[in-house]
Amino acid sequence: MINLPGSEHIIELVYLVATALFVLSLRWLSSPATARRGVLAGEIGMALAVGGTLLHHGIVDYKWIAVALVLGTIIGIPLGKVAMTAVPQRTALSHAFGAACVTMVGTAEFYLRAPNIPKFMMSVLSMEVILGGLTFTGSLMAAGKLQELLPQRPITYKGQNLVNLSVLAVPVALAVMLVLHPAHKGLFPFMVFIPLVFGVLMIVPIGGADMPTVISLLNSYAGLSAMAMGFVLDSKLLIVAGALDGSSGFILSVIMSKAMNRSFTNVLFGAFGQVQATVAGETEAKIVRPATPEEAASILSAANKVLIVPGYGMAVAQAQHKVRELFDSLTKKGVDVKFGIHAVAGRMPGHMNVLLAEADIPYDKLLDMEQANSELPQADVALIIGANDVTNPAARTDTGSPIFGMPILDVDKARTVMVIKRSMAAGFAGIDNPLYYLDKTLMLFGDAKTFVGNIVRELTGGGHG
Amino acid sequence: MKADLITLLYVMMLAGFIGFEVIRRVSPLLHTPLMSLTNALDAIAVVGAIVLAGEKKSTLATVLGTIAVVAATSNIVGGFIITDRMLKMFKTSPAKKS
Repeated sequence: MINLPGSEHIIELVYLVATALFVLSLRWLSSPATARRGVLAGEIGMALAVGGTLLHHGIVDYKWIAVALVLGTIIGIPLGKVAMTAVPQRTALSHAFGAACVTMVGTAEFYLRAPNIPKFMMSVLSMEVILGGLTFTGSLMAAGKLQELLPQRPITYKGQNLVNLSVLAVPVALAVMLVLHPAHKGLFPFMVFIPLVFGVLMIVPIGGADMPTVISLLNSYAGLSAMAMGFVLDSKLLIVAGALDGSSGFILSVIMSKAMNRSFTNVLFGAFGQVQATVAGETEAKIVRPATPEEAASILSAANKVLIVPGYGMAVAQAQHKVRELFDSLTKKGVDVKFGIHAVAGRMPGHMNVLLAEADIPYDKLLDMEQANSELPQADVALIIGANDVTNPAARTDTGSPIFGMPILDVDKARTVMVIKRSMAAGFAGIDNPLYYLDKTLMLFGDAKTFVGNIVRELTGGGHG
Repeated sequence: MKADLITLLYVMMLAGFIGFEVIRRVSPLLHTPLMSLTNALDAIAVVGAIVLAGEKKSTLATVLGTIAVVAATSNIVGGFIITDRMLKMFKTSPAKKS
């Protein structure tokens, strides 16, 4: 055990440096050119902070710390090496782990300190375990839905919001009682356990299309609970890290909600499934124009400018590498190919960008919605691969549509629209898309990966070799 | 209100503002790595868990602390690895052309 005179001050200074490195880490993430430096800064900061903590004078036994660090590393390595398509569920899982850590530390601190807990301390400690607990089970549920271990459809029932809110009210009430009477230790287990139940109930009504918002929100909760823990432990480092994580999650949630034209409360309390019944009837009569890979290839190769709009369907079909081949062969023919990416395309913020970057598409070809919408009117072809609601013009015009007001990619402004889609079945949100019935729209029916592959084969000269 | 507490509140407020300004500038291209990186940084909660695991104050604290260190460490290791893997993939046009 190390016990240098003044080691307290050394630890505090090390934490100060770590805090600065954390801020720089996120600062450098602003552009892909400096982003990897940001990771390095974060790693150095983390190593310093952990190293400094090991010098803490209160530590008398290193056995369990060593075991835990080794075990955590063994679990962490495979979690860092998952396939890029599995990143959303991995992220949800890591929110769960972070929240579990915070909840357990909070619980241990309570039993070490009770009943001598000042009111403010008990309030932040309650916030820590309540937010931590609901984030833990909520994130596990989200990970389960994303991994398709659990049904992805939203499960709703009458009075759901009332039930959920009442369940949440109980631990909050317990927290108030504990703040006033910290000696009532018996209440504490309930204050830990009930948020765990709430976490599950909170995610039950969430559908796959809402996942980007929900993951961001859980991210924010995880940060806030860590920040509360910083107050409990009197650790400025932890407060800063928690505040950074919390504000990151918050900003992402706001971006995601805006991209869906919905409020937080609407995402959390109004599952999409409830509003769709009106659109089913009239779809049968309308006519769509199907096309073959040959026709698609000839239109694409005659184009000057093509904008590809990827969606979750591309990820499901694992089509990103075929899309890269398409990108290469069209670029070789002198066609200007870019990608228009809606903020909520996929299952988490930035999901499509990562998949396309993985397939070696240069990131300067990836446009966000505003950039894409300014280019779409000049595009000869808008090619939609596995996206639906984010291209639905009803969001602009049909006040009765559940997605009315949602900002969309104006693919209907391109000269020709091509949609790769497995069938005419309605999309995840169950909303019909008038885009498919336009005269300029060609429907390319089939699996995204196979169909794109067929187009590529046509482009590169008939038979494959 | 104690001086310590008000200092902590100042730290929280300023960190919140810094976080907001810094993260607002992160390119939407990098929102996924942003989330995995902040997640790894958030696992700094490990410092609290390490102390609990090593203090030997009570069995409960040692057990919970140890599990918490495992959970946080796996986030640190996994979070940094995957963030770097993702960022490595982002290339500009002239950088690679086959």
